[in-house]
Amino acid sequence: MPIFIDRRLNPKDKSLGNRQRFLRRAREDLKRSIRDKVRTGGIAELDREHAVPMPRKGTDEPTFGDDRESGRRQHILPGNRTFSPGDLIDKPAGGGGYGSAPGTTESEDDFRFVLSREEVLDLFFEDLELPDLVKLNLKQILSFKPRRAGFAASGAPTNINVGRTMRNSHGRRIALRRPKQAEVDEIARQIAELEAKPASAAVRERITTLREELERLERRRRRIAYVDPVDIRFNRFDPQPVPNANAVMFCLMDVSGSMGEREKDLAKRFFVLLHLFLTRRYERIEVVFIRHTHQAKEVDEQTFFYHTESGGTVVSTALEEMHRIIKERYPVAEWNIYAAQASDGDNFATDSERCIELLDRKLMRLCQYFAYVEIIDERESHIFGSTENGTSLWRAYNAVDGKWPNFQMRRIAAPADIYPVFRELFARQPALRKSA
Amino acid sequence: MVSQARKSELLFSGSDWNFAKLSRVYDEIEALGTEELGLDIYPVQMEVISSEQMLDAYSSVGMPLMYRHWSFGKRFLYDEFLYRKGARGLAYELVINSNPCIVYLMEENTMALQALVTAHAALGHNHFFKNNHLFRQWTDAGGILSYLDFAKGYIARCEERHGLAAVEAILDSAHALMEQGVFRYHRPPKLSSEQQREGLRERLEYEERSFNDLWRTLPPSQGKTKPEAGDEILAERKKSLKLPEENLLYFLEKNSLVLEPWQREIVRIVRVIAQYFYPQRQTQVMNEGCATFVHYTIMNTLFDRGRISEGAMLEILRNHSNVVFQPTYDDPRYSGINPYALGLDMMQDIQRISTAPTAEDRDWFPDIAGRGDWRDTLLDAWANHRDESFIRQYLSPTLIRKWRLFMLADGADEPHYEVASIHNERGYARIRSALAQSYDIGASRPDIQVVDVDLLGDRHLRLQHKVKDGIMLEGQSRDATLRHIRNLWGYEVSLAAIDAGTGATLSERWTKEL
Repeated sequence: MPIFIDRRLNPKDKSLGNRQRFLRRAREDLKRSIRDKVRTGGIAELDREHAVPMPRKGTDEPTFGDDRESGRRQHILPGNRTFSPGDLIDKPAGGGGYGSAPGTTESEDDFRFVLSREEVLDLFFEDLELPDLVKLNLKQILSFKPRRAGFAASGAPTNINVGRTMRNSHGRRIALRRPKQAEVDEIARQIAELEAKPASAAVRERITTLREELERLERRRRRIAYVDPVDIRFNRFDPQPVPNANAVMFCLMDVSGSMGEREKDLAKRFFVLLHLFLTRRYERIEVVFIRHTHQAKEVDEQTFFYHTESGGTVVSTALEEMHRIIKERYPVAEWNIYAAQASDGDNFATDSERCIELLDRKLMRLCQYFAYVEIIDERESHIFGSTENGTSLWRAYNAVDGKWPNFQMRRIAAPADIYPVFRELFARQPALRKSA
Repeated sequence: MVSQARKSELLFSGSDWNFAKLSRVYDEIEALGTEELGLDIYPVQMEVISSEQMLDAYSSVGMPLMYRHWSFGKRFLYDEFLYRKGARGLAYELVINSNPCIVYLMEENTMALQALVTAHAALGHNHFFKNNHLFRQWTDAGGILSYLDFAKGYIARCEERHGLAAVEAILDSAHALMEQGVFRYHRPPKLSSEQQREGLRERLEYEERSFNDLWRTLPPSQGKTKPEAGDEILAERKKSLKLPEENLLYFLEKNSLVLEPWQREIVRIVRVIAQYFYPQRQTQVMNEGCATFVHYTIMNTLFDRGRISEGAMLEILRNHSNVVFQPTYDDPRYSGINPYALGLDMMQDIQRISTAPTAEDRDWFPDIAGRGDWRDTLLDAWANHRDESFIRQYLSPTLIRKWRLFMLADGADEPHYEVASIHNERGYARIRSALAQSYDIGASRPDIQVVDVDLLGDRHLRLQHKVKDGIMLEGQSRDATLRHIRNLWGYEVSLAAIDAGTGATLSERWTKEL
């Protein structure tokens, strides 16, 4: 008789620690994969699991091994049908003889594994330098609030509904004719009374019957419980998502020739971050993409990021287009409106005034938040620093910035510069939560 | 007559299993194994696990306890990928060479499969682990689990004290040398008991406390080496360091000047584990053959006695034939010789030679042919052989013909293979010898040894690779591995390729060239 141990209920994921070590080891490679995902995928797509190719760098385990291209060997193979000693067989092209393991490189190419949503976000956040609290906030899934939803026959002891339980118990006791305490007491009292009297045969007989009756009642009471497990009812709670409103996010981008790969990549990360933030707070988000040169157009995401167009730069056209779309499709009473604009700061000389006017008079009243990033060259970053002067658009927006607290602007040269644009937005969140 | 009736009763019916059935089947199988086949086993501990837990166990080289390292995480991802894709099934069982012998059963197996697995692992592998001389002498079945427990805890504590990165660096380097971290020719010392280990640890801690930092401040290298020492001094030095040494990990653990005590202990842990698995790698064919032979024999006996239904037997046979399937060399499924198939065929062949030999068998195997005591012959082979010697002794011409084995000579610089031998009178001996040779781990792995180190001079560590048949080391992995040796040694390391036949130096690689 062997010893049997049932291990099926043991904790799984014994190798979780190894997985974490492996991911840390391959961090750089994985980060690149996620960056490619951001670059090629949609804005809303980042926020879930992703399959990534097996990282190569830093994950090989070298040992001393034979060089297949040298030396003399002998192979023993089964299944000879036609060969006789001395026959020559051409080697298959591409090296590697019979009996050698197939090269591992091909299989590694299509080998992919799945990163969980948390791991993906961790990698995405890596060089954005977000504060920990913000990271936590972004990783959190939609919050739920328990709401009463009737009764259940099972649940936690703390949720027992006493009233309902006792009502069931009462009905059951009546139906099964459980003797009441009063009946039992009455018979006991009678017995006591009779016992006090002088003992005669009739009395004794009466006492015996009464005792039997008492015993019968007691037995019945024992058999039919006062409160039986079938009576118990629990309060039932349903998780109810915390009510969220709808939000629409406008992505505005200058797509004239001056916006190169790097600029677009940075802009995209900026949009992704805003989108991530909004998904945490709103149940339903729509994203509107508006791109502009000297004229603006609403486009789909693919066109937005990947089609280039030549032309001048007139920023106000994009703002007008946005205003038009809001009026048409997104009534302010029903939608929270967020806007994110990315540009290299070029604008047609006289247009900046018009932009100020549009923002000041119309758009800022409608928007919850308007973030503007100006993507600059890394070499320029130290020249501009935080000085007031800059491109014409920058100078113009500076005026708006002072006036509206929900307007944010920032120059960014590297991924780490993106977060400060949103600082205000994230800082306000706890306050909003409380009031909600 | 009640017992007679019970004897012919079915052991189980239906495909669902439960613990009562498992226990009944085990008792029956154990009785059969020990009485009919004369097996001698460790007590058995059966553990039922789910498929995820089986994947977990895969990634930690099949051990129930293992320290943490990223490479296990990588392996887990590979296995999981292949499993999810359906490219590879999971093993039905996993067995650990320990006392008591731990057998993992998969929850998903049907009752028929559980019976098959019980006979295969709990009897076959178990008997082999307990009786084969390699396992008896080189591994400590009683101590391995507590040692792994210690190793896991020790490495976790090191990670806390010295940081993940530092521990990882040492483990990476030690893992690179695992193949060179075993004693091939002399027996390793027994694993120390709990108490001794405690004492050792205390001593290490004392050494750590009384560590003299001055040693570290010595200049790393003093330019050119001092004049060449005479042969006598050289011989003296080699003798005091017990050079040449084939176990690189052992040498580095004992003699490295840069390793701190905890790092030495980690190198030691890796070395002990490598040594533990060394016998398994030398006895693949025998171990699997023994287990397969045992399950095949026991299951057939049970069926003959009416203890297993025809349906269950059909399922068992189907699985059995999947396991022992051997495609021919030109089949796309061919991936080398299947150890299950070769082992089983050779053992059944021994059975045949013992009971119904031909004239040829009497010629080749005068000791066993026609003696009829195949049980003793097999028990003796299981106890005293490893793959290489087993094949060298017992591969018969009948089997070579049955498998239609042939030998290809493969010179790297020639455009074609030459068929050197086939299954004919002139080829039998050569094929047998070449096949045995290919199972000799000692001969088929690169032979690398420490030959010299000048501890008083520039501490240059000299390694030597004996090149057999002109087979060199692969350049890229060699350089990467040398870098790891340098990490452990701390000073210059060089690896010379010496032709085993002529003694000529073919090439030399220094770490400073990397």
